[in-house]
Amino acid sequence: MKPIAGVNDFVIKFANVNGSGSASANELFAKSILRMGVPVSPRNIFPSNIQGLPTWYEARVSEQGYQGRRGGIDMMVAMNPQTWDADVAEITPGGYLFYDSTRPMPASKFRPDIQVLGMPLTEICNAVYSDPRQRQLFKNIVYVGALSVLLEIEPDVIEQLFAEQYKGKEKLLAPNIQALHLGRDFAREHLPGPLDIRVARRDKVGQQIFVDGNSAVALGCVYGGATVAAWYPITPSSSVAEAFLRYCAKFRVDKQTGLNNYAVVQAEDEIASIGMVVGAGWNGARAFTATSGPGVSLMTEFIGLAYFAEIPVTIINVQRGGPSTGMPTRTQQADLIACAYASHGDTKHVLLFPQDPSECFAHGAAALDLADRLQTPVFVMTDLDIGMNQRLCDPLVWDPDRAYDRGKVMGADELEAGKDFGRYKDVDGDGIPWRTLPGTHPTKGSYFTRGTTRDPYARYSERGPDYIYNVERLLTKFKTAATLVPQPVLRKAKRRTRLGVIYFGSTSPAMHEALDVLTEQGIHLDALRLCAFPFPEAVAAFIARHKQIYVVEQNRDGQMRQLLVNELQIDPARLVAVLHFDGTPITARFITRRVTEHVQQAETEAAQRATRKTRKPLTEVA
Amino acid sequence: MTYITKPRLHHPTLRANKVGYTRRDYEGKVSTLCAGCGHDSISAAIVQACWELDIEPHRVAKLSGIGCSSKTPDYFLGASHGFNTVHGRMPSVLTGANLANRDLLYLGVSGDGDSASIGLGQFAHSMRRGVRMVYIVENNGVYGLTKGQFSATADSGSRSKKGVVNFDSPVDLVAMALQLGATYVARSFSGDKEQLVPIIKGAIGHGGAAFIDVVSPCVAFNNHAGSTKSYDYVREHNQAVSRIDFFAPAPEADPDARIAPDTVIELPQPDGSTMRLRKLHEGYDPTDRLAAMNHVATHQALGEIVTGLLYVDRDAEDLHAAMRTSTAPLNSLDAGTLCPGMDVLERLNQSLR
Repeated sequence: MKPIAGVNDFVIKFANVNGSGSASANELFAKSILRMGVPVSPRNIFPSNIQGLPTWYEARVSEQGYQGRRGGIDMMVAMNPQTWDADVAEITPGGYLFYDSTRPMPASKFRPDIQVLGMPLTEICNAVYSDPRQRQLFKNIVYVGALSVLLEIEPDVIEQLFAEQYKGKEKLLAPNIQALHLGRDFAREHLPGPLDIRVARRDKVGQQIFVDGNSAVALGCVYGGATVAAWYPITPSSSVAEAFLRYCAKFRVDKQTGLNNYAVVQAEDEIASIGMVVGAGWNGARAFTATSGPGVSLMTEFIGLAYFAEIPVTIINVQRGGPSTGMPTRTQQADLIACAYASHGDTKHVLLFPQDPSECFAHGAAALDLADRLQTPVFVMTDLDIGMNQRLCDPLVWDPDRAYDRGKVMGADELEAGKDFGRYKDVDGDGIPWRTLPGTHPTKGSYFTRGTTRDPYARYSERGPDYIYNVERLLTKFKTAATLVPQPVLRKAKRRTRLGVIYFGSTSPAMHEALDVLTEQGIHLDALRLCAFPFPEAVAAFIARHKQIYVVEQNRDGQMRQLLVNELQIDPARLVAVLHFDGTPITARFITRRVTEHVQQAETEAAQRATRKTRKPLTEVA
Repeated sequence: MTYITKPRLHHPTLRANKVGYTRRDYEGKVSTLCAGCGHDSISAAIVQACWELDIEPHRVAKLSGIGCSSKTPDYFLGASHGFNTVHGRMPSVLTGANLANRDLLYLGVSGDGDSASIGLGQFAHSMRRGVRMVYIVENNGVYGLTKGQFSATADSGSRSKKGVVNFDSPVDLVAMALQLGATYVARSFSGDKEQLVPIIKGAIGHGGAAFIDVVSPCVAFNNHAGSTKSYDYVREHNQAVSRIDFFAPAPEADPDARIAPDTVIELPQPDGSTMRLRKLHEGYDPTDRLAAMNHVATHQALGEIVTGLLYVDRDAEDLHAAMRTSTAPLNSLDAGTLCPGMDVLERLNQSLR
């Protein structure tokens, strides 16, 4: 079997034990490749567990900058005996297996069609370190050292990363460097390197940054002016609130007084979290919560209240696999309908779909503006794939002249001047009424907020016409929302085509790669990336321009397709569902295969129809 | 339903308070509750307390859940913003509102269904957190709006109007509030305005979470023989621990000259005023949480309802103190204060390469 070869184009997977300290070593590995100017996209594949269960780190090295999961493993770093058989079986023929050879393994445990690289990691560490914890932790650095020889990663780059990481903690620097070189020395002497897969310095990273979506969206909330956050821990969203707290502690503490310009409450549950956000939004503070599917389920009553009473609310939904507890540590885009129509009665909500951490930052801040402008709940629909993995993406930008859009808030001066205030009255024709904040004026502008019906002046009313005026105005407001949300992004095919594809969120990198591959195969598709719901006019126009449109998404029921059919009255036959929902991130290979199969099938059917058509007149003649 | 317009007649002799408002300015819409409902007396006590304390009505935010009691904020303080939230969730909305603007007075009105049944969790956690608020439960042991079902505060053995006997143990919100760390805990009776008004005034001046359980008989569904929340039952079984006199600091008057020192406990309030408790029971100390819990439990065993200010922590601080939030309300901070700016972002970008 010929070994797999490829410079800056391979997938390496680390099979580790949860809680063994492998995460930081694996990140070090990925970052060292990035510092050599070569794009890499890692993904954590982890269990719902603290310590002991298997965990994997899959890193794709791609000079072309493809960041979607590729599928197929070229090299396995097998550090977990529990998953040995499955890990070894997963390696692509011609691939590489790196393992701890301290304990001899029977020949039956290996495969003849792969390259085996054994290294007695435990033995080496036991000889050098006496502290059991150090033996474990440095084992990870030792294998990074060995890999750096095998894959030609520059040791200086790794040492530089150590220097940055341990700045101020120099005591830790020397033992790490020692561990790195223990690995390097052994590999140089005993292993057949460099391998046919390897890294070579390039300049393909540029100004891009390497960050996870949860940190980025939290920072977006800091920049966007959120002052109140209430949350309840839930995977995969917990690190949003934790990052918000961390950034606030850095950037939101008044230098003179030492007091905090923020308030974060870890609530007793998701119901209380959203309740606090509703209360803060009602009272004029920018507020958000971060959660995942099960949390949204609990929040739905309050979401309906906020929709109907028209209160700004921002909800970051880091989606995971559902339904019920589902797959808490796996990714999906399966909360679209649950969020778009959350709560009882006729409700519709604004959803944003960031494609990467950079957009998580932008959408986090945008959601706070939109919530204030529209006085309604706004969801940022990210997912575990973007949220909990570091991704190479555009640097974060903030326009220094940008002001917060606080929306239509009537102040004391306007009230004093006698401006008419009807809390639920459409005075501007956009469906968005004016609001006042509690405590504004001694005699004017107060009103009683409630989830029951009322007239345009917020007076309790169960009259049909008052109700209809109100809920139809909310529809007008939703139409206004479609003009304010981030607009879809078009990527035109190189040739004119009647085929289109619609995608969104974390599907982006796999989709972009698939479009390149499909183009090479002669299948041309115009592609539209949705950035928000409600759908702006450009979405209907795109669908109208194409005969057949693939809708690529990561759920079972084609939820985005359903939203398109339902909201834009599209003939379902024109929207072909391409659905990936096993909990792993969608791959370019999957999209390519599905689209190719469908195109070929359609061509075959068309050919058959053409044959039938040409035969028919013949028989008529006969 | 509040579509009945309330006549805006001003009696020329109505006395204005220090901020220029008459008692009439603290009223709200016409109540739609049943005639004789205890809840309306509580609304009147709130009006009285706010007027007496010279609180500007628009600096109060009224929040409630769902139920008869939760409708009442529409019937007092018409110039205040009010928020009738969802069932059992008033505490979280109030907490969020309080975080947004610490300068307003937060008045949470709830019922026994709202706080002891569906909202028991939110009641408990808001007490734990020490949200500065006046949390009033208008407690009648029954679901009024849905026509007379038992609530979780109904006593075991009490009989509903339809003749059903309740076997479940009651939830005692006062005992829970004491156990959970509330720093001002009182119980009163809607039929005893003389006691209730000073208790509400004390709660308004309190620096942390103030909880008042007000037994408020339901004239429609829970005022019959066999009920333990009827007017007659409460009057027969009431054990008042204290009468409170509340004084705002007034330089021209020496409060000590008016009350004999041996019967008074002075409680300095965070707003600078002083609360004085006149103890009816010798040896009852409202600053001792354990004693208060013991007292409530002992009298409960005797079938007595202890009313009065049961516990107060004079040094109580609130959630804002614990979280060290800025003295300026969070909802007043602008982009200049909140946004770290492009330079910081550039440094962050650099750290992520």
